[in-house]
Amino acid sequence: MAKQEDIYGDHISHQFNDDLAGLKEDFLRMGGMVEEQVGDAIDALIDGDGHRADEIRARDKQVDRLELEIDEEATRIIARRQPAARDLRLVISVIKMVADLERIGDEAKKIAKFAVSLSQEGQAPRGYVEVRHIGSHVIQMVRDALDAFARLDSEQALRIMKADKRVDEEYQAATRTLITFMMEDPRNISRCMSVMWVLRALERVGDHACNMAEHVIFMAKGEDVRHTPVEEAEKIVGR
Amino acid sequence: MNTMNSGLANKTETPEPAVLTPQEKPMDDAGLRGKTVGTPFADNAKFTLRDVEVFYGETQAIKGISLDIAKNEVISFIGPSGCGKSTFLRCLNRMNDSIDICRVKGTLELDGQNIYDPKRDVVELRARVGMVFQKPNPFPKSIYDNVAYGPRIHGLANRKSELDEMVESSLRSAGLWNEVKDRLHMPGTGLSGGQQQRLCIARAIAVSPEVVLMDEPCSALDPIATARIEELISELSQSYTIIIVTHSMQQAARVSNRTAYFHLGHLVEVNETNKVFTSPQHDLTESYITGRFG
Repeated sequence: MAKQEDIYGDHISHQFNDDLAGLKEDFLRMGGMVEEQVGDAIDALIDGDGHRADEIRARDKQVDRLELEIDEEATRIIARRQPAARDLRLVISVIKMVADLERIGDEAKKIAKFAVSLSQEGQAPRGYVEVRHIGSHVIQMVRDALDAFARLDSEQALRIMKADKRVDEEYQAATRTLITFMMEDPRNISRCMSVMWVLRALERVGDHACNMAEHVIFMAKGEDVRHTPVEEAEKIVGR
Repeated sequence: MNTMNSGLANKTETPEPAVLTPQEKPMDDAGLRGKTVGTPFADNAKFTLRDVEVFYGETQAIKGISLDIAKNEVISFIGPSGCGKSTFLRCLNRMNDSIDICRVKGTLELDGQNIYDPKRDVVELRARVGMVFQKPNPFPKSIYDNVAYGPRIHGLANRKSELDEMVESSLRSAGLWNEVKDRLHMPGTGLSGGQQQRLCIARAIAVSPEVVLMDEPCSALDPIATARIEELISELSQSYTIIIVTHSMQQAARVSNRTAYFHLGHLVEVNETNKVFTSPQHDLTESYITGRFG
């Protein structure tokens, strides 16, 4: 992958190099911010820290602002540079992935909201082990997706697509466990439902990381692997 | 296999032969000769071109190119200066015949018939394969006579009214009729650049060619005139095969069905235009269209 270090930085026009580098940089900055939001939201939930949860909800505004800035940057590049081939794929992918990042930010905000309400109810409900587990899993996926983007690493992207299947399975298993708790004692239902929503949000974060991975494969290989089975994507990446 | 070496009158500018810079040399013959990637061949070929080589004296400008050009397609030739795209285009109606030192080898067929057959009537060939040049070059005659010139010398019209019809329909096809119908007898050179170029296109299509070759048809025109010509190209493609050499990659992207990328006398890649501009197969194509060299 070393040779791809600077594949967007060798145009005759230095200004074009700078434009693309700026776009990548801002995207990664937004990615880092969103990744942190998810981690903080899970911590706030598990620690029952309502104050921290409020901060997360406030920070979501910065994420939204960055989304607008990046879209504007991408639009400007298209208008002024008419990018083609890999440059075009970069710009188009950023426009789409930025939407995924923004959604991940929204999921973090949602988790933070449940952190506030659950902290007010006291007593840690069941299911936090699963939240911790799936949470660390999807945060790693987001981190890996950003990393794969930065290095244009389609093999890493493929691993994320595979990891998403495992997250889906873990989510199903956790749901079954929570249903069992609810059946054992109906007084658990309200809190278990909240945890279920949190798990659902985390599962969605995994889906968005997976979407980003698909775009990284498009950037690297020029083939759209959305809505294609992982085996098919594997063949494309192997080419 | 044919070798042509003829010197006709009617001299045209000699295209610059490919000059290699030191950095480019390693990418030369070894890796590229005959290794065109993509889809160079077509089922309904108008032109069948195999192992085409062109020499200007000792310099080889085209180094073994094989390509089919399909009926009614619009194909763009792109590539850096000196890559051989204009030279290759000029082989298709033997415009290179007018250059003394130029030799063409290989198989070049139009509808299965050898273009370089010594017995071939070149005037008839050029009536079937018309050409539009970079600079609009109307004859110093009236608008009417510019368009009527071809039908007259080919004896296509028997009566004045027939000729009038041909002139009108050609000017209409070229999208110029409404602008000039009231001044058909004014000199063609009095028109604006874009109008002159459309006049040249009208002149080219007046003899009902099957193919129109365009060598940088818009490079001397403003964006509005360019848009008109491009609109015209897509209309003309209903009835003609159009081959266009252009330095504007956006133009190739806008008008053509297939795009062919030339590099140092080799045909590096031919593919659907969409593919070339979103995910080209060859690294050289990618570098060129994304502005990494050229």
